[in-house]
Amino acid sequence: MPAQAQLLPGTLDLLILKAVSLGPLHGYGVLLRIGQISEQALLIEQGALYPALFRLVRQGLLKASWGTSENNRRAKYYELTSLGRKRLREETEGWNRLAAAMGSALAARPEEG
Amino acid sequence: MSLSAWFRSFARKLDASRTEAELQEELRSHITLRADDLQRTGIDRREAERRARLEFGGREKFAEESREEMAGHFFDTLARDVRFSLRVLRKSPGFTLVAIATLAVAIGANAVVFGVLNGIVLRPLNVPHAQSLYGIEHGNEHNMYESYPDYVDLRDRNRSFDDLAGFGVDLVGLESNGNPVRAWSDSVTGNYFDVMRVQPYLGRFFHASDEHGANSVPYIVLSYSYWQAHFQSDPGVVGRTVRVNSHPFTIIGVAPRGFIGALVFFAPDFFAPLVDQEILESKNNIDARGTQSVFMTLGHLRSGVTTQQAAADLNSIGVYLEKTYPTNHGATTFKLVRPGLYGNLLGSPVRAFLGAMMLLAGLILLAACANLGSLFAARASDRSREVALRLALGAGRTRILRQLLTEAMLISLAGGGIGLWASVALLNALSAWNPLPRFPMISPVAPDANVYVVALMLAILSGVLFGIIPARQVMCADPYQIIKSGPGAISRRLSLRDLLLAVQIAICAVLVTSSMVALRGMAQSLRASFGFDPRNAMLLETDLNIAGYRGERVPEMQKRMIDALHEVPGVEAAGVVSRAPLNGGGFAEWIFTEQATDFRPANRAAVAERFTISPEYLRAAGTVLLAGRPFTWQDDKEAPRVALVNRLLARTLFGSEANAVGRHFKQRDGSLVGIAGVVEDGKYENLTEDPQPAVFFPLAQRPVSETTLVVRSAGDPLPLARSLQAKLRSLDPELPFLALTWIEQLGVALFPARTAAVALGLLGIMGAILSITGIFGMAAYSLSRRLKELGIRIAVGARPKQILHAALGRAFKLLAIGSASGLLLGILASRVLAFIVYQATPRDPLVLGGVVLAMLLVGLLATWIPAQRALSIDPLTLLREE
Repeated sequence: MPAQAQLLPGTLDLLILKAVSLGPLHGYGVLLRIGQISEQALLIEQGALYPALFRLVRQGLLKASWGTSENNRRAKYYELTSLGRKRLREETEGWNRLAAAMGSALAARPEEG
Repeated sequence: MSLSAWFRSFARKLDASRTEAELQEELRSHITLRADDLQRTGIDRREAERRARLEFGGREKFAEESREEMAGHFFDTLARDVRFSLRVLRKSPGFTLVAIATLAVAIGANAVVFGVLNGIVLRPLNVPHAQSLYGIEHGNEHNMYESYPDYVDLRDRNRSFDDLAGFGVDLVGLESNGNPVRAWSDSVTGNYFDVMRVQPYLGRFFHASDEHGANSVPYIVLSYSYWQAHFQSDPGVVGRTVRVNSHPFTIIGVAPRGFIGALVFFAPDFFAPLVDQEILESKNNIDARGTQSVFMTLGHLRSGVTTQQAAADLNSIGVYLEKTYPTNHGATTFKLVRPGLYGNLLGSPVRAFLGAMMLLAGLILLAACANLGSLFAARASDRSREVALRLALGAGRTRILRQLLTEAMLISLAGGGIGLWASVALLNALSAWNPLPRFPMISPVAPDANVYVVALMLAILSGVLFGIIPARQVMCADPYQIIKSGPGAISRRLSLRDLLLAVQIAICAVLVTSSMVALRGMAQSLRASFGFDPRNAMLLETDLNIAGYRGERVPEMQKRMIDALHEVPGVEAAGVVSRAPLNGGGFAEWIFTEQATDFRPANRAAVAERFTISPEYLRAAGTVLLAGRPFTWQDDKEAPRVALVNRLLARTLFGSEANAVGRHFKQRDGSLVGIAGVVEDGKYENLTEDPQPAVFFPLAQRPVSETTLVVRSAGDPLPLARSLQAKLRSLDPELPFLALTWIEQLGVALFPARTAAVALGLLGIMGAILSITGIFGMAAYSLSRRLKELGIRIAVGARPKQILHAALGRAFKLLAIGSASGLLLGILASRVLAFIVYQATPRDPLVLGGVVLAMLLVGLLATWIPAQRALSIDPLTLLREE
């Protein structure tokens, strides 16, 4: 099992959006999908997912509806709204810029001479 | 928060239970799905579910966070807090009821006092542009009287007002069909309605252009309410002819609804032209600079002119008047005042009294808040286990604080609502009440939006106030310590709570002191010497002018009435006075010495109260003649001019009563008047006045149509009233009378003192109740905290006295400190009362003793139950329990 990292504050929302953007998911499914796409590198407390989900619904980024899972359990499915899609795009760009900047900043070496 | 958002959250609140069920189902479904996965790895179902639950983490915590995220809204959390608070409060109904009742009383008292203040002082007059309307008051004395010629000078010479109007008040007989009825008129200058900027409801008003000298305007304008009550709102009334004091007048219009002129408490029946004074008052003083026939002069300031500039402008006219008419004017200065309460004469005592009442009511509310604050704090520390548990379970401190505040707010809103409801009922009753039946008085205190807003604000403010007191405790609570060791022992030093209680007791003592001072003053003023005996006497008031009596017919008719009344069985004496003393103001007479030749105001020997009386008056009124002789009917126009003076005037003029008889004084016109006798001093204008000089003239020498018949009977005069009136009707059916016993009539003079005594008494009782509950709460609470300690003390042999001292010593110390400082403050506050209540002095052993006794009683009542409890402590049971 690869070493797991604590989530940075504020990143959970972005991960959820990304996970749901690949297809409608129920809460547990979101968790599995994040595990899958992050190759189990990110540690998420299971219960902590729900406040975030409700927050995203309230912000109009996700919409929810009840459905049935593959093994015939009743579950609530989330999918992206158009607003959610837009937000995901923006946040992804923002994150990439930040990551690149942080990467190059941390990679700098003392100048020689 | 926008309205739509509010509705959304409201709608969400409605299906809150559904959302809650969904939330629970979703969390359950997550755990089931996880358990399914775990089961697939070969773990049995029960173990899989257990593990799934564990992995999920603090389910309640996440559910709560989810709720908050889902709601994301102040109001949803609020709704939950409210539900929770209601549950908590329902668990302690006694506490809740006491708290609500306390606040209802305190907020109700504030709303009532504010309602009165609002209606009488704060609310502007019901006229357009009331903010620029000013009355002109004399700078050196608090009245606004002017003679008509002076009014004209002020009107025409000033450069500060748009225009100046004037008015007087007259009681007349108004005859629309059948016999004349008593009616009150605002007798106004021609420009009055234009100056007041009002438009008629019906018909038209009269204007300055209608005036062409004395008795030139045969028009009247009805007030809206009189038109409703006496003319059945008949629009055909315009153009109808009625008779005022038997002279024909045409009703030309009806004033707009709610317009009652410039005084907030006096609603005239109609408006008549001041230039018709001769008809309205039977004398024409339009040209007399010496007779003050304009009651108030008022107008709108020109825009851009300040009150100081206007006063300076008016004062320059004062200088002109003083120079030009030295016999009529001393130094003449003017001030601008708000007209509604008749300037400073009524205005400043009313404002001072209502301001003081508002302060006291505010203090009561503060005391109530202090009370509830300690109660809440006590409860909060008793609930510290519950709070600590919630903190330990992960509830945020702000969340708990919020919930405690919600509890406080619920109580304060409930209390405020009940208090407001009661005060609105009381204010409505007050506004329908006429305390002085002689006048068309109105009490403009019907509650308006201001009252509601103030009550609501007070409720919220007090909720925050007493909700915050326990907050400190919660913020500092360390859950670990509390759960481990239970609530901490009560501290020995004086805490904020104790200070609040002491302040509250002091407030109570202030209130008790001032109400006792007021009550005592009342009692004394009833026993004081009035200069007449109001017991067993009846007053029948009329004005012969109403039925058209003039000149010599006036004293003739008055003599006939006196003779007729003497025939009524049960009547011991009957006499006539122009206007009874202590009955709404008298007339001033300038007195000069015998030697005077220069009749300028500065040379006056005295300004005396003037009464005109029949020979029988002294006996009928019970006024004692100290020296000389009473009048006879032979003191008529043919005889030398005579007068009676009171003791003070006799002493002022001649040094003693005996010296005065047979001597003379001079009147303003230079005529000599002989002093026939000297009578005792009395009260003439109001009960709190200093001794005033007074002079009495015989009716036959100076006929006055204003007539008050004084009838003395052997016993209670009330049963005589009908036969007296019947007798008078047989003389002239057209004369309307107002019949009251003299005691009833004194209600006018006693009104302010009575009001003060009742209001202060009520507040005093409220303060006492709050103190009792406050002390009781503190004593009972601190006792409950120290039961164990006291039990040990008893076990090791403490005597009951020592136990009581230990248990209640602090309560009594606070009571003593609070009472002493309250008494001191009360003594200071009583100076304000001295304006209203006769001989209001707190340096009266009865008052001081009464206050001490009352406070002791408060202390005893409050500590009785805790004391009993302390004495009945059984150390064995107690120690076993712990």
